[in-house]
Amino acid sequence: MLGKWLTSAVAASAMLLAASFAVSSAHAEPQTIKIGVPGAHSGNLAAYGLPPLNAARLMARYYNERGGINGMKVELLVQDDQCKPEMSTNVATKVLSDGAVVVMGHTCSGSTIAALPTYSNTILMSPSSTVPELTLSGKYPTFFRTIAKDDDQAALAVQCALDRLGAKRIAILHDQGDYGRGYAEYVKSMVEKDGRAEVIMFEGITPGAIDYAPVIQRVGREKADVVIFGGYHPEAAKLVTQMNKRRLKIPFISDDGVQLDAFIKMAGKNAEGVYVSGPKDISANEWYKKAREMHLKEYGEEPGHFYYQAVAAIQALLNAIEKSGSTETDKIMQALRTEYVDTPLGKIRFNEHGDAEGAGFSLYQVQNGKFVELN
Amino acid sequence: MNSELQYFFELVFSGITKGSIYALIALGYTMVYGIIELINFAHGEIYMIGAFTGLIVAGLLGIFGFPLLGVLAIAVICAIIWCAAYGYTIEKVAYRPLRNAPRLSPLISAIGMSIFLQNYVQLAQTSDFLPFPQLIPDFEFLDSIAYIVSSTDVVIIVLSAVVMTALHCFIKYTNMGKAMRATAQNRKMAMLLGIDADSIISVTFVIGSALAAIGGVLIASRMGSIDAYIGFLAGMKAFTAAVLGGIGSIPGAMFGGLVLGCCENLAAGYISSDYADVFAFLILVLILTFRPSGIFGRAPVQKV
Repeated sequence: MLGKWLTSAVAASAMLLAASFAVSSAHAEPQTIKIGVPGAHSGNLAAYGLPPLNAARLMARYYNERGGINGMKVELLVQDDQCKPEMSTNVATKVLSDGAVVVMGHTCSGSTIAALPTYSNTILMSPSSTVPELTLSGKYPTFFRTIAKDDDQAALAVQCALDRLGAKRIAILHDQGDYGRGYAEYVKSMVEKDGRAEVIMFEGITPGAIDYAPVIQRVGREKADVVIFGGYHPEAAKLVTQMNKRRLKIPFISDDGVQLDAFIKMAGKNAEGVYVSGPKDISANEWYKKAREMHLKEYGEEPGHFYYQAVAAIQALLNAIEKSGSTETDKIMQALRTEYVDTPLGKIRFNEHGDAEGAGFSLYQVQNGKFVELN
Repeated sequence: MNSELQYFFELVFSGITKGSIYALIALGYTMVYGIIELINFAHGEIYMIGAFTGLIVAGLLGIFGFPLLGVLAIAVICAIIWCAAYGYTIEKVAYRPLRNAPRLSPLISAIGMSIFLQNYVQLAQTSDFLPFPQLIPDFEFLDSIAYIVSSTDVVIIVLSAVVMTALHCFIKYTNMGKAMRATAQNRKMAMLLGIDADSIISVTFVIGSALAAIGGVLIASRMGSIDAYIGFLAGMKAFTAAVLGGIGSIPGAMFGGLVLGCCENLAAGYISSDYADVFAFLILVLILTFRPSGIFGRAPVQKV
C-alpha cells in the first residue's frame, strides 16, 4: 500500500520536474516564435473556429515568407477544444507545455473563461469571445481581444441618447429574446450608472403581436424623450410606424439587428432619423482587401466568421513582439497597449482592459433611405 | 381633457380596435364550431392569406394610381372573394370527407391544413416580412382627436361594427340565416325538414373566411408589415376570444373579442406589456372557472 503510494508520488514529481524543465528550456532560447491556436476546429461550432485557424495559417506563412519576426520563424501550435470548457483547460496546458509564447484563440466565451486561469503568465488574444466580463472584471490582465464586447452597442446607444440627444427620460423596450433583452439590460444598467438620465420604462413586447399601441401610448404618457429598442428589424419597423401614426416624434435608437436594408424597406419614411449601431464598415481598409484576397486565393471562397478579427489578432501579437524585441509577456503586453498596428479592422491598439481601440461598432442614422455612418 | 382620462381613452380605443379584429376572426371560429363542432385551426391562415391578397391587389392598383379609399375598397373585396374561395375549398378538401369520422380526425386535418397553408404562402410568396402600404388615409376632420384615436382605428372600428351588424341581420332575418341556426341546433332534424346541410356548412365557411379576410387587410394596413406567420398568434387570440364569449355563440365572439382586446391593452398600459398576455389569459381562466361555457355560451343539454 505504502509502496504503491510512494512510487506514484515519485513518478508524479518526476513528471512535474520534467515538465518544468521543458517549459523553462522553451522560454530560455526560442528559435521560433510559437503561437498557440486553440479553438473549435471540429464539432458543431467549427464554423466559428476554423476561419481563425485559416487566418493564423495564412498570416504565419505571410510573415515567414518575409523572413519571420526578429529573425525568427513563426510556428503554430494548433489544438482543438470543440468549444467545450472541460476540454479547453487541457488544451491550454498542452499549448503552454509545447512552448507557446503567445496564444491566439479559444473561440467561445465559455471555453475562454475556463482556460484563462491556465494562461496567467501568457498573453491570450481571442478573435471571438464577446462576454464583457472577460476584460472588464480585471481578473485576467493577460487577456486581449480584437472583437467588440457584447455591451459595446449598448454603450453606443447610451452615448447617443445622453451626449448627442441630451435625453433625460429614456424608455427601453425589448423583444424578450436573448439578444434583445441582453442589449436592453446593458443599456439600462449603463443609464442608471451614468445618472444623467432616468429609465422610465423597461418593457418587453411580444414579437408577432398584431399591435403595439398600448406600449407606444405608454411611452407618450410617460413623456419619454428617447426610445431605445433591443431586438430585430420587423418589430422595430412596426414600432416606428406606429409611433409616427400616434404622432409621437421622439428619437428611436436600436442595435445591429435593425441595421438591415429590410428595415428601411419595411418602415419606409417612418425609418428616417432612426439611429442604429452596426459593425464598422471596414471594407475600405487596405489590409481587409489583402486578407480577403489571401483567403480567396488559398481556399477559393469568402472567409467565414471572425476571420478578420483573427488576422488582426495575429498581426497585433507579432507586431508587439517585433516592436518590443522580446518574447517576455510583460514587454509584449506593454507594446500591445502602446503600438498601433495596421489590420483589416483598421489601425488598432489595446486599452488598459485589453479591448481593441478603434475596432467594433459605429453609430448609423437613416438619412434619405440609407444608413449613414455618423462620426 | 384631463391627461389621465385621455390616456385611459387612448388605451380603450386601441383596445376596441384590436378587439374588433379579434372579433372578426373569432366569428369564423365560432360559426364553424356552432354548426359542425369543429375547431378550424386553418382559420388564422385564412386571415393571413387575406392580408397577402390585399397587399398584392393594393400593389397592382397602386401602379395605376387609384385613390386610396378606392384601393382599400377593391383590396378588401378581392381579399373577401379570394379567401371565401379558400374557405370553401378547405371545407371540401379537408373536412367534408371526414364528416362522419371520429371528432379527432377533422381536428388533425385542420392542423395539417394550417401548416400546409403557412408553408405554401412561404414558398409561393416569401418567408420575409413585407411592407404593407397604408391604405386608410388620415382624415382631416379627425385631426383634432388624432392623439387619442387615429383615422385608421376609426375606420377599423366603424367597418367592423357595420360588418358585424350586417352578419347579425343576415342570421336573424334571412331564410339562409334561419337555416343556419336550424342546422346549428340540430343538423339531423334540419335535414329532415329539407335543409341542405352541406350547402349550409359551405356558406358558413365562406362567411367566416370573408370576415377573416376583412380583418386581415385592415390590421395589415394598420401595422404596416406582414409575413407568412401572422395568422398563428392572431388565430390563437381570436380562438381565445371565441371561447371567452362562449364558442358557438355569435354575439359571444364579438363581445369576447372586445373584452380580450381591452383587457390586453389596459394591462399593458397600466401594468406592463410583459404581462399583457398573462392578464388576457387570466381573464379567460377566471371566466371559464365561473362560466365553463363562456359568457354567452349555453351549457350543453344532455339528451337522453
